[in-house]
Amino acid sequence: MDLARTEVTGRAARAGNAARLGLMAVPVAFFAVFFAYPVAAIVARGLGADGGWRFGRLWDVLAQSDIRHVLWFTTWQALASTALTLLVALPAAYVFARLEFPGKQVLRAVVTVPFVLPTVVVGTAFLALVGRGGLLDDLWGVRLDTTVWAILLAHVFFNYAVVVRTVGGLWSQLDPRQEEAARMLGASRVGAWRTVTLPALGPAVAAAALMVFLFTFTSFGVVQILGGPTFSTLEVEIYRQTSEIFDLSTAAVLTLVQFLAVGAILAVHAGTVRRRETALRLVDPSVTARRPRGAGQWALLAGVLGTIAVLLVLPLAVLAQRSFDAPGFAYYRALTGEDGNVFLVPPIDAIGNSLEYAGAATAIAVTVGGLAAAALTRRDAGRLVRGFDALLMLPLGVSAVTVGFGFLIALDEPPLDLRGTWILVPLAQALVGVPFVVRTMLPVLRAVDQRLREAAAVLGASPWRVWREVDLPMVWRALLVAAGFAFAVSLGEFGATVFIARPDNPTLPVAVARLLGRAGELNYGQAMALSTILMVVCVVALLVLERLRTDRTGEL
Amino acid sequence: MHTRTFVAAAVGLCLVTLSACGSSDDGGSAADSRTVTLVSHDSWAVSKNVLADFEKSSGYQVKVLKDGDAGQAVNKAILTKGNPQGDVFFGVDNTLLSRALDNGLFQSYEAKGADQILPEYRADGDKHRVTPVDTGDICVNYDKAYFSEHKLAPPASFDDLVKPAYKNLLVTENAGTSSPGLGFLLGTAAKYGDAGWTDYWKKLKANGVKVVDGWEQAYNEEFSGSAGGKKAGADRPLVVSYASSPPAEVIYGDPKPATAPTGVSTGTCFRQVEYAGLLSNAANPEGGKALLDFLLTAEFQQDMPLNMFVYPVRKGAAVPAEFTQYGPQAKDPETLDPAKIADNRDDWVKSWTSLVLR
Repeated sequence: MDLARTEVTGRAARAGNAARLGLMAVPVAFFAVFFAYPVAAIVARGLGADGGWRFGRLWDVLAQSDIRHVLWFTTWQALASTALTLLVALPAAYVFARLEFPGKQVLRAVVTVPFVLPTVVVGTAFLALVGRGGLLDDLWGVRLDTTVWAILLAHVFFNYAVVVRTVGGLWSQLDPRQEEAARMLGASRVGAWRTVTLPALGPAVAAAALMVFLFTFTSFGVVQILGGPTFSTLEVEIYRQTSEIFDLSTAAVLTLVQFLAVGAILAVHAGTVRRRETALRLVDPSVTARRPRGAGQWALLAGVLGTIAVLLVLPLAVLAQRSFDAPGFAYYRALTGEDGNVFLVPPIDAIGNSLEYAGAATAIAVTVGGLAAAALTRRDAGRLVRGFDALLMLPLGVSAVTVGFGFLIALDEPPLDLRGTWILVPLAQALVGVPFVVRTMLPVLRAVDQRLREAAAVLGASPWRVWREVDLPMVWRALLVAAGFAFAVSLGEFGATVFIARPDNPTLPVAVARLLGRAGELNYGQAMALSTILMVVCVVALLVLERLRTDRTGEL
Repeated sequence: MHTRTFVAAAVGLCLVTLSACGSSDDGGSAADSRTVTLVSHDSWAVSKNVLADFEKSSGYQVKVLKDGDAGQAVNKAILTKGNPQGDVFFGVDNTLLSRALDNGLFQSYEAKGADQILPEYRADGDKHRVTPVDTGDICVNYDKAYFSEHKLAPPASFDDLVKPAYKNLLVTENAGTSSPGLGFLLGTAAKYGDAGWTDYWKKLKANGVKVVDGWEQAYNEEFSGSAGGKKAGADRPLVVSYASSPPAEVIYGDPKPATAPTGVSTGTCFRQVEYAGLLSNAANPEGGKALLDFLLTAEFQQDMPLNMFVYPVRKGAAVPAEFTQYGPQAKDPETLDPAKIADNRDDWVKSWTSLVLR
């Protein structure tokens, strides 16, 4: 009996492994055609010369002092942004994890809004706050635009949620009794925290820090809008070299450099995530949070709420307020007018375009990401599979302009003549959505007890049936959450979209950027109105998401 | 067996996704020979009736793709030249002309009316790969109110700009990313030569020149003379803009002022010429040729100034009264041979960037 069971399980496992390889085919094909090929094409255009390769360009470019300056600035601003974000957001992670207070769920959604807002809107919000004629300028004559402080603050604003969710999510599930036990045994409060909680949190903090570092290292919109001509990250420099100076070989070299840096960050990140997934015994978050006790905790709560109000809510509020600055909702009404100067269509059409594109992108991202997550479910999967796991994150760190231009030159011939078609935009957006789908679904899929699947297989169910009967009922919520993330991220995607969105079909972020690039009050007001609409769409998507959210171990 | 079903399902799904993409082409290709597509930058504008006249007389429908700012539009056109997005490209200027020509962006066509173009604007010899369409001068503009208030004469020349009297007054654009910024840099290179222009910029930097990324920001947020700048509380009375900016301040003024609030420092000008050309792999070359002919007609040439704030290149084309009244064209602007620009542009921009921005 036992023997027979092992035999059946063994066969099922082999079939399962083969099936997993089959599942991988779709994401692999997708990434090969829509990521690796276009990126390789544009890099090759930059570095290829008459049948040969100009790898010597690598040293030429890296030897230039202004390029080294860019590399240096990219690195130190990312380090500073990461440190500042941790400093500001870690207390909030504690508050969200350990303290119970009214409105916590709504607040958790609110702090996540900036993360999914397009950078162009974030940049605009900060300009409205710290730029010329901004709130601080009006009140105290303080202007931070084109200083590095505006960039750092915007990065904190942007990545706050990454720390709160990654660290706070785990913190809320650490058993507080372990720390209490250490104190019973005579450890001081600090000592107990340092020996018990900190080591447990360490990997999560490291993972969050690496994510923030990745996002700020490759920062584009924030630096482009707030940095002026003086500050340039690698990503912005790739954009300038490609789009404005048209030095494709320099852009190609910088793309490779960024590729290597991001690859290294992701490799370290994958390591910390794996350590985190194994070691801890977790409890239900609902039993760990309590009402604040003592002056210290109340002060901490007040401090965190105050920080959120000033740093996160205020910029968004300023943005919304600016959009109502004209009598009779004039900026909103202007959105419906046909303005031959900026667009060929009324700006309001951008909302419809955005929703359609994001919908299509979500469908693609959920299909590709879902299959990838299903294929990566088993923890004991081989090196190859784990490598693919990290590979799926790469689009988050590769310059959007590289992908965009790659699409323009690589996907213009049969059988892949997609350049004239609308699907190009959702495909580019899906590239950014897939990592979020994988990261959301993978922990849930891994939490499904493998024995359930085996039992079903023993009873004669096909892999498809096992998935439908065992996995699907457990993961459909995660699937919806993943879809919501992919939708929000697609809605806000700017870098690649701006290159491939057809002039007559702008998306919301593209329309905002174009309006901001034109003179005149009305254009500025319309940009604010469109940003506010985008913000509202994001908030609604997130609140729906928050209601559906069941799993708190997810990484985002 | 099960595995195969699985793989088949997965591959099927992939194909469905892909074919859905392929089949939902909503008509981007210009296979229709009655449609001619013009690719241009965001500043393209024409009066509706003038375009309608062309469509009626030629029988072509004109479709316009505005593809970003001037430099970006040129670069995208070059990258996609094997399978271009349209038939005619309008908007490559003399500072970027060599980039377009060296990359084979255009095919030869001598537009009807080419003999009517003023000789100083002609380019590309008898190859006729490009047709000059308009011209304009990039010059320092000044805020008249500021200078009369401070009882200071506005700067008249490049030399004046480095004098202590004008310290911290000038804002210009990034020469690497903005075409007026580049034009101003080329103006100084033409004036002071290969050896002298870097010294000039060192002095300009020491005299407090401010650099912003684009014209919009420089003109509407930093320059105290523009309508936008006044609202934004701008504090720089000198800006690198166009000779046609003062008339624009009058024409778009509300209410229209009697005289222009801004003036032009006529000794700081660099002449820009904009060209159009038939794209190398145009789907509808015949339509493209007709469109190029149209760009040189007296009707279009005379319609252009008040739409795009540029001057015509056609002999005898009338210039609107506002232009001559509020902003006379510079008599003796700096010019540079396009070949010289081609040879030096990238090096100059690089040196300029290191010198001024870093």
